[in-house]
Amino acid sequence: MPEPTNPEPVGAEPTPPSTAAERPATPATAPVDEVTEINPDVDIAPEDIGVPVVAEGERLLEVDTVTLRFGGVVALNEVSFHINKGEILGLIGPNGAGKTTCFNVMTGVYQPTSGEVRYLGKPLGKRHKYQITKLGIARTFQNIRLFANMTALENVLVGVDAHHSTGVVTAMFRLPKHRREEEQGRARAMELLEFMGLAGKADELARNLPYGDQRRLEIARALATSPQLLCLDEPAAGFNPAEKAKLMELIRTIRDQGYTVLLIEHDMKLVMGVTDRIVVLEFGRKIAEGTPAEIRDNPAVIAAYLGVDEEDAS
Amino acid sequence: MTTTQNATKKVRPNLNERIADLPLPIKVVLWIIFALFLFALPLLNIPFITTPDSDFGGVLFTVSTYVLVALGLNIVVGYAGLLDLGYVGFYAVGAYTVGVLSSQHGSLPWLWCVPIAILVAMASGVILGAPTLRVRGDYLAIVTLGFGEIVRLTLINSEWLGGAQGISEIPRPPGIELFEVPSIDWSTGVPVVDLGTTTTFLKFGISDFIPYYWLALVVIALVLVFDILVKNSRVGRAWEATREDEDAAELMGVPTFRFKLLAFALGAAIGGLSGAMFAGKSGFINPQSFELLLSILFLAAVVVGGQGNRWGVILGAIVVSYFPERFREFADFRVLVFGLALMLLAIFRPQGLLPPRRTLRAKRADARQHVLEEGEAGA
Ligand SMILES: Nc1ncnc2c1ncn2[C@@H]1O[C@H](COP(=O)(O)OP(=O)(O)O)[C@@H](O)[C@H]1O
Ligand SMILES: [Mg+2]
Repeated sequence: MPEPTNPEPVGAEPTPPSTAAERPATPATAPVDEVTEINPDVDIAPEDIGVPVVAEGERLLEVDTVTLRFGGVVALNEVSFHINKGEILGLIGPNGAGKTTCFNVMTGVYQPTSGEVRYLGKPLGKRHKYQITKLGIARTFQNIRLFANMTALENVLVGVDAHHSTGVVTAMFRLPKHRREEEQGRARAMELLEFMGLAGKADELARNLPYGDQRRLEIARALATSPQLLCLDEPAAGFNPAEKAKLMELIRTIRDQGYTVLLIEHDMKLVMGVTDRIVVLEFGRKIAEGTPAEIRDNPAVIAAYLGVDEEDAS
Repeated sequence: MTTTQNATKKVRPNLNERIADLPLPIKVVLWIIFALFLFALPLLNIPFITTPDSDFGGVLFTVSTYVLVALGLNIVVGYAGLLDLGYVGFYAVGAYTVGVLSSQHGSLPWLWCVPIAILVAMASGVILGAPTLRVRGDYLAIVTLGFGEIVRLTLINSEWLGGAQGISEIPRPPGIELFEVPSIDWSTGVPVVDLGTTTTFLKFGISDFIPYYWLALVVIALVLVFDILVKNSRVGRAWEATREDEDAAELMGVPTFRFKLLAFALGAAIGGLSGAMFAGKSGFINPQSFELLLSILFLAAVVVGGQGNRWGVILGAIVVSYFPERFREFADFRVLVFGLALMLLAIFRPQGLLPPRRTLRAKRADARQHVLEEGEAGA
């Protein structure tokens, strides 16, 4: 039977648990200390998905004076920034600043009230979400949204399928295209699982994976669509410091394999260590932009973070 | 929480896995034996299984129609997660397409009408689905419920479609009379070959319904193969992803609307095919054959069996259609017993008699986890 209608906006969930102890319960939680080791040497470079490849350092995506209102709430207020090919851009800000909403505008979940998002020089316009994914923007979710009753491998395969075109007739007669897509798709999906250190759990149901593995699986699923731009929404939420360190290493490896990463993170210290540039939002406005060093010393940022959560400003 | 009982439970391969592990030749032989048994079933007259109060061949045909319908509805409800309460509408569209083209307003042979019936039912599925599938959840249930009733009321009120009297003299499927197949007689207590009661292979007549059942078996086999091939592909994954989390699926590149419409159209096509079979067998159709109750029974077959598992919904269809025929002497209590059975099922097997493999896999994984945790605690 279908799930009851879910009016929750995508990803706009309350504060994520900040300590390992507060993690959402998963049916089969592995011991907390266990950190799945990734295999950084597995080649997971993005495949050619038929969109123009931007030169390193060129503008990949531009958010141009985007405003988004929900009734009276101004979730984004004339926000502008851009992402260059090959960089890791941090998007930070206190809770409710509009970070997730920004992702939602970039991935077609919401249409901006005014302003536009340009990708590869062209406005995204009124494209459907799946069309934007096919153009090469992929994301993860702040609150994990895996296909819970499908296996890890199947989850990743859905991502790989984004660029496949097998339909009923092709599948029914097992035409060569079905075989080819299925073979290549499985190979790529397994590579991604291996990269994430999840190859041994390929046949586990997503919902039975430990919390940390679920987070990693979500990243693998997004990578499976061979994105030009990978958007990670608080991927370290609920991780302990050791796990967070591993995750930052993972994000760097992903970038080195040829991806551009936009990273939302609540934890300032974490973001400082891994990003090339940082954009800071507060109450839907951009209050600062610059290198980690510049952001660290920016009075407006310090004030914003001090006002919310002292620990995070350290 | 982990109970000692759960923790000590061994992880044993289930029947399905043990069958899957058999060598291929043995599997093929087992399948052939099983298929032969199914074809011979109406002739074997096995005591207790056979229906004393109604023609067993006819009952088996009815059961197979339900199986066919359940397989179609399973694509919509089980795979794509769309609640369809008016599936009987497509069944009616299929039956009436055959009726109109072969008897009421034309004289096409039955066999020609079948593909047209499938296409018309499919088109009606697309027409109904296109505006409604963009909206989520409960809305679809209401719209499909309305669709089933609108179809029935249209049939009653349209003279062109035969009105309340319906359409008669629908031609039978074409047959070739090749040989006689004897049946088994158990009246003496031991099985004896009865050369007096035979079925003509393959004559689609008006009194012996066994050939219709054979035809239905072949059609079911074809639909099953189609189901397996399509489900084990990008299409099946897209359906499952959409059912699990529509937003996430869309954001992973699944054109969810297109795939929901596809599921709806394929389900409708199989419903229409079942209707066409029904029309060809009964030779006569009227609006009373397509009551709302039938939609509910179809859905019950899918839910009782275990939506999402094709073998489960087949079992569900058999349960829902066979038992009322087998125990006709309790006809007065039929609805009561049925209601009770459903309640018990909801309490003890909420996932259906044969839950989809995902539930089974999850249970086994849970059990493994318990064993693991237990092992660590002991160390
Ligand atoms: N669908 C929605 N309807 C109304 N308000 C929303 C919606 N989505 C987000 N908001 C509001 O927009 C603001 C920014 O939210 P969000 O982007 O989730 O913040 P965060 O930076 O923590 O990710 C919040 O005030 C939130 O309540
Ligand atoms: Mg957020």
